Amino acid sequence: MKPAPLDYIRATSVAHAVQVLAENDGDGKVLAGGQSLVPLLAMRLSQPTVLVDLGGLGELSYIRDESGHVEIGAMVRARTVEISSLIADAVPLLPVALRHVGHVTIRNRGTVGGSTAHADPAAELPAVLRALDADVVVTGPSGSRTIGAADFFQGFLTTALAPDEIVTALRVPKSAPGTRVAVQEFARRHGDFAIVAVFAAVELGASGEIAAARIAVAGADQVPVRAAAAEELLAGQDPSPAVLRAAAAEVAGATRPFDDIHGTADYRKKITAVLARRCLEQALPTAERSSAA
Amino acid sequence: MTSLDVTMTVNGRTVTGRVEARRTLADFLRKDCAATGVHLGCEHGVCGACTVVLDGCTARSCCTLAVQADGAEVMTVEGLADGTDLHPLQEAFWARHGLQCGFCTPGILLTMRELLADNPDPSEEEIRESLSGNICRCTGYQFIVEAVKDAAAVLRASSADRG
Repeated sequence: MKPAPLDYIRATSVAHAVQVLAENDGDGKVLAGGQSLVPLLAMRLSQPTVLVDLGGLGELSYIRDESGHVEIGAMVRARTVEISSLIADAVPLLPVALRHVGHVTIRNRGTVGGSTAHADPAAELPAVLRALDADVVVTGPSGSRTIGAADFFQGFLTTALAPDEIVTALRVPKSAPGTRVAVQEFARRHGDFAIVAVFAAVELGASGEIAAARIAVAGADQVPVRAAAAEELLAGQDPSPAVLRAAAAEVAGATRPFDDIHGTADYRKKITAVLARRCLEQALPTAERSSAA
Repeated sequence: MTSLDVTMTVNGRTVTGRVEARRTLADFLRKDCAATGVHLGCEHGVCGACTVVLDGCTARSCCTLAVQADGAEVMTVEGLADGTDLHPLQEAFWARHGLQCGFCTPGILLTMRELLADNPDPSEEEIRESLSGNICRCTGYQFIVEAVKDAAAVLRASSADRG
């Protein structure tokens, strides 16, 4: 359980990091917080020639309130996002979701850029980015570009990042004031990766009807899944139990789960429907649902 | 393969060393700094035994490379007691039998220290949730939870005295 020999370069700027990646032609690996990468190195599942450490880049450690969205620098730690009052107000789904990431000790080190670039299909942050239509800002030798979450996550641990590009920021649209959020995650032990997790952000209209819903699922495909059909079904409806059940079935229908040692595809689909129903019920408490019914 | 010079403060003492890039902070602390209270269980971020305090926040030293901690301030369990005066958490673990073999204890003490700094009066559920990243195979956790509650009360009383 020791990493294989490798070189290490502490980047002095984003441009420097990109340059080192370009020079190493795909054999370089970016080190952010290291909470996924260092275990992979220890198990020798990843054996890069050179690590490019972004740890010294204070310029990537900021949370900025922009018009319409919040921009979060890639090196911001998960724990910082989780306890940020700006994030709690502007993007309430994020802190609720991040509380399911590992344990505090892991969130103290793990970064938002690292989790995004790692693109574990069971991870919470990629699913939130997908639910909220966030943009991923990446920088390479020819400058920066912005990739929507729908296009960024391409497969199991696979993203639209070129080998000489790094994630530099996330742009997360602000939620409407009063947006209801909920996360329902099933894992074997607290802090484990999700077997399945469902994330919801729901806006209510003036008479208690669902104005808009955003729903994503982790652990139910090779990429985070957006439940568009369920969102359409919910839009404009009163949140009755029957509507929520029907939407939950649509959420499960949007998934393409896989078999692994933690559960079969069929099992994942079944618990997706249950978690989606609980998630919507949690976002839309009973009292309001019965008064709306 | 490169070796690099690192300098960090470990339990208040400045240490320098020359390490391979692949050396984990855990191995640096154990082998180069003689901080053998840093225990290595799983070496991939699951068991929590190697938890240290890195620049004020807990971190898993097996999931951190020594080169990443260049310039940092590190505290291990060796830095918890004040000379021969045990930290209230250590006292409570001793009084309440919060350990048997002791392998997980350093990581648990530092994790609980962070919990009590953030939340001086945690519920049992909050203590258990906070403990969930630290695996103990001896105690069944019950005496650990009781020890943390005791220590929390002592720490609250001492901060009230100071206040």
